[in-house]
Amino acid sequence: MESKRASFEGSLEALGVSVSSTPESELEAAVTEAVTEPAVGIGLDETVGDEAFSLAETPVTVDPTPVGLREATTGVTGAELGVGDYGSLVLTMTEQASELVSLFVERHVAILHEEDIQPDMDAAVAELDERFTETNGSAIIATGPSATADMGALVKGAHGPKEVHVIIVEEAA
Amino acid sequence: MATADEIRELMRTEGAAIAENTQGFNAGRYDSVGDLEDYEDLKRAARSIKEDAIAELPELLDQLTETVEANGGTVYIADDAADANEYIREVADERAADRVVKSKSMTSEEIEVNEALEADGVDVVETDLGEWVLQVADEAPSHIVAPAIHKSRESIATLFNERFDPDEPLETAEELTHFAREKLGEQITDAEVGITGANFIAADTGTMALVTSEGNARKTVAATDTHVAVAGVEKVIPTVADLHPFIELIGRSGTGQDITSYVSLLTPPVDTPVVDFTDDETPLSEFDSERDFHLVLIDNGRLEMRDDEQLRETLYCIRCSACSNSCANFQSVGGHAFGGETYSGGIATGWEAGIEGLDVAEEFNDLCTGCTRCVNACPVGIDIPWINTVVRDRINRDKDTPGEWLVDGLTPDEEDDGAPLQKRFFGNFETVAKLGSATAPVSNWLADTTLARQTMSRVLGIDPRRDLPTFERETLVDWAAARDSQVDDPERRAVLYPDLYTNHVQVERGKAAVKVLESLGVDVVVPPAPSSGRAPFSQGMVATATDHAERVTEALAPHIQDGRDVVVIEPSDHAMFTREYERLIDESAFADIAANSYEVFEYVFGLLDNGAAVDSLSTVEGAEIAYHSHCQQRTLGLEAHTVAVLEECGYDVVTSDVECCGMAGSFGYKSDYYELSMDVGDRLRTQLRDDGVQDRPVVASGTSCLEQIDALLERQPSHPIELLAT
Repeated sequence: MESKRASFEGSLEALGVSVSSTPESELEAAVTEAVTEPAVGIGLDETVGDEAFSLAETPVTVDPTPVGLREATTGVTGAELGVGDYGSLVLTMTEQASELVSLFVERHVAILHEEDIQPDMDAAVAELDERFTETNGSAIIATGPSATADMGALVKGAHGPKEVHVIIVEEAA
Repeated sequence: MATADEIRELMRTEGAAIAENTQGFNAGRYDSVGDLEDYEDLKRAARSIKEDAIAELPELLDQLTETVEANGGTVYIADDAADANEYIREVADERAADRVVKSKSMTSEEIEVNEALEADGVDVVETDLGEWVLQVADEAPSHIVAPAIHKSRESIATLFNERFDPDEPLETAEELTHFAREKLGEQITDAEVGITGANFIAADTGTMALVTSEGNARKTVAATDTHVAVAGVEKVIPTVADLHPFIELIGRSGTGQDITSYVSLLTPPVDTPVVDFTDDETPLSEFDSERDFHLVLIDNGRLEMRDDEQLRETLYCIRCSACSNSCANFQSVGGHAFGGETYSGGIATGWEAGIEGLDVAEEFNDLCTGCTRCVNACPVGIDIPWINTVVRDRINRDKDTPGEWLVDGLTPDEEDDGAPLQKRFFGNFETVAKLGSATAPVSNWLADTTLARQTMSRVLGIDPRRDLPTFERETLVDWAAARDSQVDDPERRAVLYPDLYTNHVQVERGKAAVKVLESLGVDVVVPPAPSSGRAPFSQGMVATATDHAERVTEALAPHIQDGRDVVVIEPSDHAMFTREYERLIDESAFADIAANSYEVFEYVFGLLDNGAAVDSLSTVEGAEIAYHSHCQQRTLGLEAHTVAVLEECGYDVVTSDVECCGMAGSFGYKSDYYELSMDVGDRLRTQLRDDGVQDRPVVASGTSCLEQIDALLERQPSHPIELLAT
């Protein structure tokens, strides 16, 4: 586990993606620290899979309106998987509009369970293959911020976010 | 066909931006795949998936149709562009769409769906920033991955400032990007229909992969309620798990990124709510996610390509652009010269021949010099130069036989259906060379006269600025026949293949090779042998090349049976024996010659490695030298042998790493391509004139490379084998 996580964090650093980590009990504080306001997000029941956690004590507006989304700087969503050797995040597309919240903002904060870090792309695709066969799901493998070189130099924040921050939720000891 | 004037103009206007960007992508590819431990395994896996998928295509299409329909989408298999456009127009009409936003897809370029929709009054907006720049400028893509690669930041800034008249003139890449983001963001959220391509589609779940870095494909799908995905039928693969090698390879092969920012795996219709972006009251999750999805799979000639033994491999192409980026000519002219109606670069010949027809493929097919630099770059192992040769052959056969007196006199017309005059001249260069040696020095003097040069220029399109080969009166074969072997108790026995140039023109390097081999204890014979067929092969004269291949193998077979190794000086001929002949002659004849042939330095390396004494060669102490390897030699992984042997002989070697010298056989002789050849050569010249290299003598392995370097530099180059002879 430690090596997968170290590899994942190293890959994120190479992509210019910042990382913080927190135990589940202090997640709200970690989120508060990671966002730039105005911030919108997806309820943590979907994000960490446990309704006991909420973003109530954070500056994040959960389930915003479309106009709220457009005016937000930060979007907070969960990530289903991390890919160690690439620093990729697997973002799901759900009825909660997590796709919109991770995409239409300048800063995306992704919350990821440490145990969901896969060592490599082969393992991640195998996992997705299994899930897709069951659910016909959709997912985005997002690696670093959105970028383009079409205007003569590399620019971050082409259509999607120009900054990405990952919060790794550590397993309880 | 692009004329010399058009090529010159493109090199002037677009060349610098294309050179910088393609070379950057290409260098990134080398770095990125160099970090990949199982690169060759991934390539093999990717190819195998595509091979199987194309073999089972009809079944996979049936399965995919069932899956997508079970998911709630619709599949339409369109025969051609008109059929596809009619369907897409109906979808837009039913949705009463005023605006369609589109994420970059070459297949939608192929069918020209924008024009079809615009004819109905629909506003079509490209969301990929490069495509949008071209839409604003009203230009065509010049590269399959980076469509606006030919445009500089300055020219985009001028375009935007003139067209949109912003409050503050836009200048930096960041300002231009953010301006486009704002402008396009509004149009995307205001659109009804989103069109995307699909890089891969898994038949088992109906999941499509879209490879992008900007996020525009995601927005195009998420912000509209009707998604039309347009893809060629060849994009289907069996399962989601099969995506793995492609995800690893596609970005690395194309732009040199380990992975592009977003690989979207969509199983439409997706669950994301369809929101009204002007709503300030309703929470996102309360919008419903009712969406329509249409998968439009386009045949447009592809199913016929599947039945075509030679064009089938084109369908394995994953549109990564590695063949463009690694192509020395593409690096100079880009896709506006090296492309057809839609596709550009090396693989475009196959696509355009299959989709548009030979006449379109012909327009740029000559720009492939057959150097094979793209072969190892292709992540699915497509033999792109072979496809180009086949298409060239078909184009030749499509033409009326030219009945020109000069070449008919000079070169027997071995190709029944007749290639154009210039092609037949170069393709039958063996006859020219024989005649040249037999009549030297008169032929050399004649070739050098102004009148002869003008005639060759006018009739054959041979550029008068190019020096012609000087024929030797005594051929290598004659020299060897008149000489006794110098080895009494041979360690090995070899037959030195007397290639056309070594035998008639560069006789000295042939003599040097014989002496080097003898010094290392090898008994050498140099029998007469036909030319390898490389020249007609390059001209698309496959029947003539096959005839050469058969005669060469017949001529060498007795020597091979006699236990002799075949040693080849000219790398392009060695590549014929070990690579191209597989396409031309029967399996066992190919196996015999391929297994027993060695490039001369590969052979010397082997001898030294097996204990031959380097002292018997001419050695130095730390002498500095510059070495330019040969394209086909590098493709076969043989550059290192020459470097190793030179180093063992005491040389301090600097090697060039440009893709190609630009000459590639007869290419640089042709008037239409002379300047392009010199432009490509300029990159090699720059390296050979660098600090620390400029005073080094230059050696090069290939005949054409030697001629090109001779034209580029004051320093006369030589073949490295000449350094080793005592």
